[in-house]
Amino acid sequence: MQPTRNFKILTVAVGLALVAACGSDSDSDTTTDDKVELTFWSWAPNIDKVVDLWNADHPNTHVAVSKQAQGDELVVKLLTAAKAGNPPDLFQAEYQALPTLVSNDVTADIAEYVGDTKEGFAEGLWQQVTFGGDAVYAVPQDSGPMMLYYRSDLFAEMGLAVPTTWAEFAETAKQVRAKDPGRYLTTFSAADPGWFAGLAQQAGASWWSISGDSWKVSINDTATKQVAQYWGDLVADGAVDNKPMYTPEWNKALNDGTLLAWPSAIWAPGVLEGNAADTKGKWSMAELPQWNAGEHKTGNWGGSSTAVAAKSKHQQRATEFAIWLNTDPAATEALVKEGGLYPAARDAQSGPALTEPPAFFAEQTDFYPKAKEIADTAAGFTWGPNVNVTYSTYKDAFTAAITSSTPFGPAVDTMQEATIADMRKSGFTITD
Amino acid sequence: MASAAPRSRRAGRTVPARVPYAFLAPAISLFTLMFLIPIGYTGYLSLRKIQVTGLGLGRGSRREVHAGLANYREALADGELWDSMLRVLLYGGMLVPTMLGLALLFALLLDEARARARRFSRIAIFLPYAVPAVIASLLWGFLYLPSVSPVQYLLTAAGGPEVNPLGPTAIFFSIANIAVWGGTGFNMIVIYTALRAVPQELYESARIDGCGPVQVALRIKIPMVLPALIMTFVFSLIATLQVFSEPTTLRPLTNALSSSWSPLMKIYQDAFVTGDTYLAAATSIVLATLTLVLSLGFLRLVQSRAFGQES
Repeated sequence: MQPTRNFKILTVAVGLALVAACGSDSDSDTTTDDKVELTFWSWAPNIDKVVDLWNADHPNTHVAVSKQAQGDELVVKLLTAAKAGNPPDLFQAEYQALPTLVSNDVTADIAEYVGDTKEGFAEGLWQQVTFGGDAVYAVPQDSGPMMLYYRSDLFAEMGLAVPTTWAEFAETAKQVRAKDPGRYLTTFSAADPGWFAGLAQQAGASWWSISGDSWKVSINDTATKQVAQYWGDLVADGAVDNKPMYTPEWNKALNDGTLLAWPSAIWAPGVLEGNAADTKGKWSMAELPQWNAGEHKTGNWGGSSTAVAAKSKHQQRATEFAIWLNTDPAATEALVKEGGLYPAARDAQSGPALTEPPAFFAEQTDFYPKAKEIADTAAGFTWGPNVNVTYSTYKDAFTAAITSSTPFGPAVDTMQEATIADMRKSGFTITD
Repeated sequence: MASAAPRSRRAGRTVPARVPYAFLAPAISLFTLMFLIPIGYTGYLSLRKIQVTGLGLGRGSRREVHAGLANYREALADGELWDSMLRVLLYGGMLVPTMLGLALLFALLLDEARARARRFSRIAIFLPYAVPAVIASLLWGFLYLPSVSPVQYLLTAAGGPEVNPLGPTAIFFSIANIAVWGGTGFNMIVIYTALRAVPQELYESARIDGCGPVQVALRIKIPMVLPALIMTFVFSLIATLQVFSEPTTLRPLTNALSSSWSPLMKIYQDAFVTGDTYLAAATSIVLATLTLVLSLGFLRLVQSRAFGQES
């Protein structure tokens, strides 16, 4: 899902609101004839309209949507609500947050209710909600394969070619600076660990893995180091900007052409529409530049699932809803059209909703067919049980590297050390 | 009638010993509920920790166990906590003198008999205090971001240099500026109220003795409001150590603020981002103790000088 972290206004309020977070249902009966009310925390745009479709057809299982902040902040809120004993019945969870939520006993194992839902999803995506075991912790909702978005009008005007490799990308970045010192090809954001994780995945990184009963952590592997080094050099040379994304300044830079390109994910059209409305029709989408010419690889930035709370008294009915939301043709079509998501379900990816390009990219008629081609090249990835620690260390380590103008490689080592230290402290079994 | 009732009661019987407790009950129960219990729970949490077994993925693989003083050891040994304290003390060193200086100046000016539009000025200076810190930081944040700042726009138009108030050093001034803007009014009101309580005869005799307005301010008014100044200083000191909203709100806008820039940000980070409520509880207690020691120590230091005059 898109990190609409425009401006983290109410981080404080989130902490305080936890105390007041309310759960509703009190009856424990799960027979299907009873009327039950399920609460659903989600941040997907217009998700309420999709849920209305369900409520119209299912008078006995009413789902009430509560709109939430995106990503990290919702994880915090969920952890606390679960600890306080009143989490929502259903919630949207990004794939990288699932192990944390499972480890904290927030998500229910819904394996006994999902039946053959598995068949509807690509194996890599299903693995994200099962961690390769027998338990099922969520139903996949969308994925965020990364691609390159660029201002086709300005590229043509400035005589730039669309880079197909990262080496070309660096060259293009320098050309932009040479031709117009007021512009940058793109920016390196120390505030968006999910973005960096996606780029590292493309390079072949594998930050966590499970062997038997122990974790292996390798955040500072060669692939990740390579990505960090690459961006560190670009920032050091002044070839790309180093300001964070999702700030008013960034919006302005996208709008007025200060930034020419954005390596982002499939949900980017929705963000651009919201944050850079003046540039409608001026963007194009291409495959992410590759590390080796001729390769076709990408990573995922975001992507989320629908999970059921371990403390929910209506797990079966909640699971029914989660399955409907993410596999029913009418539901997935609404998710695409209303929410701008790229659905995880296989059938939905070739569904009618994806025949037209997003409105913001009206000229690029092959947007979704091309996106599907790219999505199929996304690398698989295993998330660890303390991604929150890794992500927060990313922000601190990379901002420090930027402000002190030091190389990015050591920042990746810091991520590795902090992640391992936190896991050791909690008692996770780790192999070296 | 109102005066007759107590008299007859006094004559009739003595008040039972538990009556005072009944009057105290609301205050005591609120104090217990809102203060003692949370503090006690924080103390309890600070002695616990999470113990994970194996992969930590199955149900029940995560248990809360007794940790002894391990959290305190970790909190005290964490250089980041001390760094964050140094940062906020540096920030406080800029903030407190500026804010209290301005507050005192404004209060003295308002108290001056010749001042015009006094009511309006008082409200205008106080008004920023009514703006929540988060909103104030958002507003200032927009003014600080070079590419969207109208200030920078005018500066550039006048041929001035590009200034980034969100740079690594400038950020201290920028955050202090928000706090000065928001806090001066409140402190001014406190000092102004103290000034109004000074008996007018003192001024009169000072004038007769030949004091001008400046001398009256320096020799009479300031010494007379010293207790108020000390009180506002202690409040400002506590607020400095607890600064949170301003840097947290500005953080997404800049690379200059880390997640543990101030002690409270570090506690928030531990409790709600990395999920270690236990370490956060221990750090909270360390911070609260330090704040208490600093404020009480300061009060003790100046007690004889300031409050001695009152008694």
